[in-house]
Amino acid sequence: MNSYHLDHLQYLETEAIHVMREVAAEFERPVLLFSGGKDSICLLRLAEKAFLPSDLPMPFLNIETGHEFPELLEFRDRRAAQLGAKLLVRTVDDAIAKGLAMPKPGVVSRNQLQTPALLGAIEEFHFDCCIGGARRDEEKARAKERFFSFRDGFGQWDPKNQRPEIWNLYNARVNQGENMRVFPLSNWTEMDVWEYIKREQLEVPNIYFSHTRDCFRRGGQWTPLPPDHTDTTKPDPYAGARPKPNEPIKKLVVRVRTIADMISTGMIESPAESVDDIIAEIAAARVTERGTRADDRASEAAMEDRKKAGYF
Amino acid sequence: MPHPHPIELLRFNTCGSVDDGKSTLIGRLLYDSKNLMEDQIEALERSADITGGGQINLANLTDGLRAEREQGITIDVAYRYFATPRRKFIVADTPGHVQYTRNMVTGASTANLSIVLVDARQGVIEQSRRHTYLAALLGIPHIVIAVNKMDLVGWSEERFLEIRDEFEKFLPRLDTLRDVKFIPMSALNGDNVVDPSKHTPWYQGPALLGHLETVHIASDWNMSAFRFPVQWVNRPNNPTDQNLHDFRGLSGQIAGGLVRKGQPVIVLPSGLRSSIKEIWTHQSAVEEAFCPQSVTLCLEHDVDVSRGDMIVGFENLPGMGSDLQARVCWMHQRPLQPGKKYFLKHSTQTVQAVITSLESRINISTFEPEPHPPELTINDIGVIRIKTAKPLVFDGYNTNRLTGSFILIEQGTNATVAAGMLTAPGAAVKLDDNDFAI
Repeated sequence: MNSYHLDHLQYLETEAIHVMREVAAEFERPVLLFSGGKDSICLLRLAEKAFLPSDLPMPFLNIETGHEFPELLEFRDRRAAQLGAKLLVRTVDDAIAKGLAMPKPGVVSRNQLQTPALLGAIEEFHFDCCIGGARRDEEKARAKERFFSFRDGFGQWDPKNQRPEIWNLYNARVNQGENMRVFPLSNWTEMDVWEYIKREQLEVPNIYFSHTRDCFRRGGQWTPLPPDHTDTTKPDPYAGARPKPNEPIKKLVVRVRTIADMISTGMIESPAESVDDIIAEIAAARVTERGTRADDRASEAAMEDRKKAGYF
Repeated sequence: MPHPHPIELLRFNTCGSVDDGKSTLIGRLLYDSKNLMEDQIEALERSADITGGGQINLANLTDGLRAEREQGITIDVAYRYFATPRRKFIVADTPGHVQYTRNMVTGASTANLSIVLVDARQGVIEQSRRHTYLAALLGIPHIVIAVNKMDLVGWSEERFLEIRDEFEKFLPRLDTLRDVKFIPMSALNGDNVVDPSKHTPWYQGPALLGHLETVHIASDWNMSAFRFPVQWVNRPNNPTDQNLHDFRGLSGQIAGGLVRKGQPVIVLPSGLRSSIKEIWTHQSAVEEAFCPQSVTLCLEHDVDVSRGDMIVGFENLPGMGSDLQARVCWMHQRPLQPGKKYFLKHSTQTVQAVITSLESRINISTFEPEPHPPELTINDIGVIRIKTAKPLVFDGYNTNRLTGSFILIEQGTNATVAAGMLTAPGAAVKLDDNDFAI
């Protein structure tokens, strides 16, 4: 090994920066999906590395389900402001009001409703490319995704007919109305993300670290207790997601490993107080990251079905 | 735990024909190296209960799409990630069906190593030759021939040697292959995958994982000739900060060699000369940078440079031209037809190109060229001549994978229809003495 050698994180970094610059050069109206979660935090650092000292050549977009952890929203807004980026927020509520999304009776989770909300935002702003933080190691259907993942006029992914992706030559061409989803972190693992956060000394929302929180047991996992319903002039956004009498509330020392929203995220019991603790915990983990997400466990093909419909 | 020393990354792909056990092999690698998690094993057990039989099907780990599980086949390239204390691995599981050979090219194009699976009962079949040929064509430095299902031939050393001989009859004709290793194994039972097998006392070599952890990955990157395809021009245009207002950086990924501060360079195709004033990584200027780092270069002179230009050093100049020869792997249902126009993407530029002639198609069984076929159909490999609307600055693929490769994109549908590997230029670009030397 000579001195002109990249270690695995440096290799993943140069690959991701190359991908981001291809987006800036090839698309007219790209957008970066920034939720405040750990993967999109890495995306932001890569964007800084790719484009500074210029301003980031794309705005940020976040689709809110209305069930977000407040800590995450605070972090998202602060980080976007630090970078001087334009943050666009669209909500599932808006999409429902506009008739773009239709909640299924009895289904509390709004995870699936993010899809029409995202497609609505793409149409509203004429985005031709969305950069996202998805990783192939997250889930079996994601493992088949390309760096540049083509979506047709309906936002759909056709896994059987993907463009072959050869060397580092990305085919970024889309016609009017079509768009591209681009995943610079495709080759990163959960461990790589945390090692990168450590190396780059990136701030993450405090809910990734252990804290005391009221939780209840549902669907085999610890679900965070939703905030109280104070504004009684409106319907309770967490109706159906509150603990039932046979689901006692427990005060636990927990953290999140992956963040969806408060309904879909399982808290894990953990004493991890620092990035080093988290890295040690993942190294010893016996379940995958997505094992704590109810949305993925719905069925063997849960992710595949959502992606075909245009989900991120 | 943080790593005390740098961890290397090895990228490999698996190929073989249907039912040679590729997915099973990857499942076995993950399972035996303790890279599988409890929920993954549970999900496997759930699907085993559904499909009956009760036995865990390791192939279900990589066969992620519903149609694949139903048909028991692999449709598309699946990427897997695992690590041992010595290395990190990116695995491309590439399908073996004839119609999906394009995916093998996809998976193999970025690999350091290819594993070609062979069913010990069947020996070398056309697919084995095709995959070995493709690995050689794509310039993969290391090949492992995994002779699988040895349990079904009674762990016969004689059968193993027979298969090795069959390969060695044609390997010398694939002259880019330097390192080929044969390993007898049973992926289903785990023999010689992670742990050495007790059934093969006659085999002295390492198990597969041991080989993957130790094979010397001489850098895939060309370190001898500086190549910098300009990807994005970085102009902050900040009116309030004078330094930023004047900043004009050229961003990109170094595609070959090294670059040092002060080094004289040439911008191609214009031939304009300058030198390197600054090399920027994130928030800091560095003295030198190397392939494949992503950096931003500032030149000493304000010369006209834009995306698609190539900045090179004065030594080992590349070729430059618009009449090119290349080997292509055709990847689309609509066949290649001479005379048709495509977009050609090479490094950071996309140009119009027309296929001026189809010189030959390679017969995969004999590796012989068949001159002047009427067309190339999906999964065919051929030699073409192509004319581009603007000159390309390029190297031969065997010299530099990044500056010697291109893709063809069909106009209208934007489908990626071919992977191309350029023949080395007849001569390096000639620098005109009268070039504008600043």
